Amino acid sequence: MVQATLSTARSALKGLRCRECGETYDLAAKHVCEDVCFGPLEVDYDYDYIKQVVSRETIEAGPNSIWRYRAFLPVETDNVIDVGTGMTPLLQANRLAKRLGLKKLYIKNDAVNMPTLSFKDRVVSVALSRARELGFSTVSCASTGNLANSTAAIAAHAGLDCCVFIPSDLEAGKVLGTVVYNPTVMAVKGNYDQVNRLCSEVANSHGWGFVNINLRPYYSEGSKTLGYEVIEQLGWELPDHVVAPLASGSLFTKIHKGFNEFVKTGLVEEKPVRFSGAQAEGCSPISQAFKEGRDFITPVKPNTIAKSIAIGNPADGIYALEQARKTNGNIEDVTDAEIIEGIKLLAETEGIFTETAGGTTIAVLKKLVEAGKIGRDETTVAFITGNGLKTQESMAGATSAPLLIEPKLASFEQALEQSHSL
Amino acid sequence: MTVKVLIPTPLQKFTSGEASVECDAENINALVEALEANFSGIKARLCDENGKLRRFLNFYVNEEDIRFLENQDTELSDGDEISIVPAVAGG
Repeated sequence: MVQATLSTARSALKGLRCRECGETYDLAAKHVCEDVCFGPLEVDYDYDYIKQVVSRETIEAGPNSIWRYRAFLPVETDNVIDVGTGMTPLLQANRLAKRLGLKKLYIKNDAVNMPTLSFKDRVVSVALSRARELGFSTVSCASTGNLANSTAAIAAHAGLDCCVFIPSDLEAGKVLGTVVYNPTVMAVKGNYDQVNRLCSEVANSHGWGFVNINLRPYYSEGSKTLGYEVIEQLGWELPDHVVAPLASGSLFTKIHKGFNEFVKTGLVEEKPVRFSGAQAEGCSPISQAFKEGRDFITPVKPNTIAKSIAIGNPADGIYALEQARKTNGNIEDVTDAEIIEGIKLLAETEGIFTETAGGTTIAVLKKLVEAGKIGRDETTVAFITGNGLKTQESMAGATSAPLLIEPKLASFEQALEQSHSL
Repeated sequence: MTVKVLIPTPLQKFTSGEASVECDAENINALVEALEANFSGIKARLCDENGKLRRFLNFYVNEEDIRFLENQDTELSDGDEISIVPAVAGG
C-alpha cells in the first residue's frame, strides 16, 4: 500500500455513474454496472465547482503537462504521477494541407509524447495516479503494445509492480519497449480480443489494478487532455473537424468529452465540431456499422498491419458510431497499402514519423478530403497517436535504401548522379 | 445437453457464490431459461426488457464469441463450456 497525500482542495469528483442506465457507484476500482445492466461506468464531476475554481489563467499557470487540467481529471489527492506527459506539439501542417487541398490543417503530435512516445502515456499517468490513491501495489493491462510500454515505464517510475499482457505477435519495437522496464510480460498466443477477455477474468481474481479494465473509468479520462490541449493550443478555440483513429473508440469519445467540458465550464466558446474516425480495412467493425447504417457493432477477427488499433470487439464502438453520426462526421477505413502511403505522406510533408495507426489516420484524412467529406475551409485537426520507430517491420520494402558509397569524392558524385536519374 | 456455465463475479450472488454451474440446454436461449429456473432473477440481469442478451455482456461457447456463431440460437452440445464475460474492457 502506498499512502496518498490528501488534497487540501475539495474534489470535483462525485462518484461513478453508468453511461447506459444512470446507476451510481462509489469511486472504487470498478468499470461495469454490475448491479443492473453491465454498461460502462464513467466518472461523474461537479462542473459548477470546477467552473468556480478553474479559469484559462489557472490552467496556463499550471505545469507543462496534462496535470495543468487536474481539476478535470479523476484524482483526489495532490500525489499525482507527473512524468512530463502531454503538452505535445500542435503543428500547423501547411505542406500536408497544400498536398491535400485544405486551408488549415493541424497535427496533434503524440508520436513525441512522454515518456513512451504514444498517447497512452496520458491515460496511464492518470490511471496509475488513481491506482496509487486506491492502494494498489501491482498494476496491469491488456495491450496491443503502446499501452504495455507506457504502463511498464510509468510503473517503474512510480515504484509499482507491473504485469502486462500482450498478443504474442507484436512488433519487436513494441516488445522491447516493454521488457526494458523489466515488468512481468505475458505474451498471449491469441489476438487482442482474446488477451482482453483473459485479463477481464484475471482482473477479478488477483487484486491488481488493470488500467483498462477495473481502472478504466479513470484511465479513459486521460484522453480528454488531448481535447483540452488542442483548444488551448488553438488559442482557446475549437476546431471545425477532428480526425482520429478508432480502436476501442475510447480516445475518440474522450476528445469529444474534453471539448464539451471546456464549453460547459465557460473556457471556450461553443461551436459544432465534426468528428471523423479512422480504421484499417482489416479491422473495421465500427466503419462497417457506420457504412451499413447499423446501430450495433458486429465483432470481427483482425487482419491488418495496424496492430495497435486492431480491436475486433471495441468496447466503446457504439458510442464512437453515435458520435460520428451526431456530429455530421464520417467513419472510413483504408487498406494496409494506403496505411503505408499515409505514413510516408506525413513523413515527407511534415517530418513526422508515425506508426501504422497514424498512417491509418492520415490515409483516412486524405480519403475523406478527396471524397469532399472534409471541406477545404474547415480547420481540421488530425490526431497522431504513436511513433513510427516502434513499428519498423511495417515499412519493410516501402522506403528506398541508403546509397552505399566508398569514402571518396568520386564515389559520392557518381551516386548522387544516379540518385537524380532515379 | 449438459453444459458447463462460467458465471462472472457480479452474477455469483444468484448462484450462491458458485463460479461454475451445470445446466441442460440445447441452445443459448434455452440456457438463459434454464439458468432462470435454477437461479431466479438471473435472466433479468442477462437480458434486456425485450429478452435480448444485454449488449454489454459477451457469451462464448468453447472460447468462440456467439456473435461469430448463431448468436442466441447457437446450438449446444454435451460438455460445452459457456463463459459469460462483461464486455466493457480494453482499448
